[in-house]
Amino acid sequence: MAICAAIFLTVGSLLAYSMVKFRRPPEDDGREPVQIYGSNQVELAWTVIPILIVFVLFLATARVIHAVQDARMPPDAIEVVAVGHQFWWEFRYPQQGFVTANELHVPVSDASHPTPTHITLLSADTDHSFWVPQLAGKTDLIPNRQNSMWIDPREAGVYLGQCAQFCGMQHAKMLLRVVAESREDFERWLASQGSPARQADGATQGRRIFETTACVNCHTVSGTSAHGTFGPDLTHLMSRKTIGAGAALLTQDNLRHWIMNPDSFKPGSKMPAMQLRGNELDAVTAYLLTLD
Amino acid sequence: MATMPEWRGPVGMWCLIAAESAMFIIFVVAYLYYAGKSLSGPTPNDVLRVPIFGSICLFSSSVTIAFAERAVERGDLARFGRWWFVTLALGALFIAGTVREWARLIYHDSFTISTNLYGTTFYSLVGLHAFHVVVGLTGLSIIMAFGLLGFVRKEHARQVRVFSMYWHFVDAIWAVVLPVVYIIAR
Amino acid sequence: MSDAEFALRPVTVPQTVGASRPLLDRLHDWIVTVDHKRLGLMYVGYGVLFLVVAGLEATVMRIQLAIPNNHFVSPQVFNQLFTMHGTTMVFLVGMPILFGFANYLAPLMIGARDMAFPRLNAFSFWMSAFGGLILYFSVIAASGLYGAGNAPDIGWFAYAPLTSSTFSVGHSTDYWIIGLLVSGIGSIGTAANIVTTILCMRCPGMTLGRLPMFVWLNLVVSALILLVISPLTAAQIMLLVDRYLGGHFFDTQAGGSAVIWMHFFWIFGHPEVYVLIIPGFAIASEVIPVFSRKPIFGYSIMVAATLAIGFLSLGVWAHHMFTVGMTSYANAFFTASTMAIGVPTGIKIFNWLGTMWGGKISFAVPMRFCVAFLFQFLIAGLTGIMLSASPFDWQLGNSYFVVAHFHYVLIGGLIFTIFAGFYYWYPKVTGRMWNDVLGRAHFWLFLIGFHLTFDFMHIPGVLGMPRRIYTYDAGRGWELWNLIVSIGVVFQVVGIACWVTNFLWSYFKGPAAGNDPWDAWTLEWSTTSPPREYAFATIPVVASRRPLWDVKHPEDPDWKYE
Repeated sequence: MAICAAIFLTVGSLLAYSMVKFRRPPEDDGREPVQIYGSNQVELAWTVIPILIVFVLFLATARVIHAVQDARMPPDAIEVVAVGHQFWWEFRYPQQGFVTANELHVPVSDASHPTPTHITLLSADTDHSFWVPQLAGKTDLIPNRQNSMWIDPREAGVYLGQCAQFCGMQHAKMLLRVVAESREDFERWLASQGSPARQADGATQGRRIFETTACVNCHTVSGTSAHGTFGPDLTHLMSRKTIGAGAALLTQDNLRHWIMNPDSFKPGSKMPAMQLRGNELDAVTAYLLTLD
Repeated sequence: MATMPEWRGPVGMWCLIAAESAMFIIFVVAYLYYAGKSLSGPTPNDVLRVPIFGSICLFSSSVTIAFAERAVERGDLARFGRWWFVTLALGALFIAGTVREWARLIYHDSFTISTNLYGTTFYSLVGLHAFHVVVGLTGLSIIMAFGLLGFVRKEHARQVRVFSMYWHFVDAIWAVVLPVVYIIAR
Repeated sequence: MSDAEFALRPVTVPQTVGASRPLLDRLHDWIVTVDHKRLGLMYVGYGVLFLVVAGLEATVMRIQLAIPNNHFVSPQVFNQLFTMHGTTMVFLVGMPILFGFANYLAPLMIGARDMAFPRLNAFSFWMSAFGGLILYFSVIAASGLYGAGNAPDIGWFAYAPLTSSTFSVGHSTDYWIIGLLVSGIGSIGTAANIVTTILCMRCPGMTLGRLPMFVWLNLVVSALILLVISPLTAAQIMLLVDRYLGGHFFDTQAGGSAVIWMHFFWIFGHPEVYVLIIPGFAIASEVIPVFSRKPIFGYSIMVAATLAIGFLSLGVWAHHMFTVGMTSYANAFFTASTMAIGVPTGIKIFNWLGTMWGGKISFAVPMRFCVAFLFQFLIAGLTGIMLSASPFDWQLGNSYFVVAHFHYVLIGGLIFTIFAGFYYWYPKVTGRMWNDVLGRAHFWLFLIGFHLTFDFMHIPGVLGMPRRIYTYDAGRGWELWNLIVSIGVVFQVVGIACWVTNFLWSYFKGPAAGNDPWDAWTLEWSTTSPPREYAFATIPVVASRRPLWDVKHPEDPDWKYE
């Protein structure tokens, strides 16, 4: 960037200077200035110098390309498989054997002993792109193709991102949250995500409705008969901050509203309005609220 | 040095040839890229038979059209008409061969454009070429009709030459498609 | 009489009988015309009409994005808007206006009476026009069973598999495909016509080394068009095969590849942007010398640089695909080739600077637009170099930084030079001079609006805002910048209004301009304003690159120095 700024300042000021110095004076006598057709030396100079600049820039860039793309992962890197869907993110942790959605948890890494997270990128439908600006450049998720990237957060925090390749109607609301946390917090999260769904008392009516309507065609709640994979895994829904991949905050009201009519938050999302009303709707909502 | 307006025809035809070649290159690239990548269905070795007769017809038609060109340049209109007709017939034979080949593939081998990746790329590439041959045959027929009606004379040699550039181009494309489809990427 | 003699014969002036024929007859004349000047004007008129349409589409988008979580338009409409805006600007504004300029001016500049193939010229124009109509017909007709009125919403580069029949139901995508296919046939026809005209119809004495810069650059552009439109046509045919014949070119379920669409599209798409900008260079290369009162600095190098750009542009396409997961070697290669193309482009900027240096610059409106172009194109080129570095692109690609970059080139570069060309040649085409106050108002308003919008647009990109999103949440730090960007639109709209008003008003009320109001040096200024239908009563004979300079300065003609 410094090189570009320098070029801009140099050429820009020459331009500005020429505009002022060679301006036709108001009392111009109408004679033409000296007609110069070119100069081979000047041309040579301003061909060779840019070539050298480009050469240097390229070498510097090639080094970074290689460092990023061909980096080797240490053996204790976390493995995640990200699958892009219209319009949500599926995250699988193959080492721990569970599936979650939209929020990615990774351990904070540190310089002396890096524990990066390696992400394999797949797509279930059309092109997407995984972009969390503060953590890494973006890499696309393309159907029938396996891509690969890594992140190495050195500071704990919540990092926001979103899909960066136009994937359809709700491309704008395919948001990402990456939570980088301490090793202990991360292990705790892994353990809780890996366990089957909580069987809360007082939510049996909702659970029954959930398991006997179309919900199970799309959603998985581990430990129950719901094994659908078209929509996000809901086993630990309440461990997440948002629903609809960031379309709204996860509150009781929003959840209820979402189930009744997802299009009100995210028109064009692939979840149909579930045609649930009144008591049934409240019961299912109450059930889902127990899935932490 | 004044430029010659009579070069317009050949230059324009070269422009068309450049554009069409670019299109064919893309289809050939797709064909090669997808070679062997079909998930199912017949492979080239299962269904392909090299269209030797048709290819000989098409390649010789380039020779016969050159004879016709030379004839009209000399003003020998009868000879022109004869060689032109032979060219047209040879081109028609090539298309007939393609039709037969496709009928066999579709009805006998159940191999269509939607069968698998190979089907898609095969029919697209060979079909695009066949389409260009048919356009050429149409042009040949129109000029044949003009010839029979006595409208073609010695001063039209240049226009005839421009058209035959197109015909040579169609042959040249086959000279690429034939080995790529029937020999290399089996 | 040989063809050559026929072309060079002197023509007697036909008497125009009856000043005012019925309107229907006059319209009919325009529809059946094969005269390059009329076709050129129709191309330009068509392009300007669509410029206004696409500008309105952009205005609506900017209203939607001015504040977070806005509900000015629905997501579906927004997605259609950005698709139509991009497609319209590239294919129905950029290409037609540039073909229009080339059609009108190239024969005049080489001393020819018309293009090589006048009827092909007319055919190509009407094909292009028809293609545009097909595309916009989708607005009222595309959905059939799925509800009337569905413009394409797949983005102007229509990535697979979003365009497959699975993900794009209805016919909106087909209107995109077919509209562009038809218009592409027109483009190839005109490009072939331009190449043939320039190679075969030059007046005596005009060797290739004496072609005006405008003509040389249009020759390179037309040759490039011949090579690169076909890949798009091929990809679109493949997409139609997939959508209607059950083909699998881009069907990832059957082993097809989404990436190959990207390759084919960008093999067309990247050279296409050079096709768009090089005619802008062509205009600048005519305007800057005349208003600096010096010949173009380094003519041969300028031509060579343009040839280099044309050639290199065929090898940089995958810099649009850095995030797709190509190998580090592929990414490095395309980084290198893209950086390399910056060298000849930079050389051109230096040569324009060299033209101005030591001259006597007069800042008439055309020159103002060209000077702004120089600064803006410099910046755009530098952001391009930044993006050419794959690691930079991994962050900034597909974000508003890229959107800012390409609008900087296309508006700050191309549109500014098109404005310059309009103001420069308007007196020649209409015989009238435009109003200077309105012209300067247009310049300043548009300049301010352009910079408000597109300078600040880089910032949300750097802050992480991706492109093609119909809304965004508050709290990401993007709100202020989006608001400023949207405000800039107001200035641009008013500027355009000044421009259109100026040209319409001046056509009827402007003072007569004379044949050569700028004291210029190329052949078109030797014709009347506007040129007669046959342009030249006798075909000129030239001896240098600036025939009129030789006539005006017989004591110091150019041919002594060439």
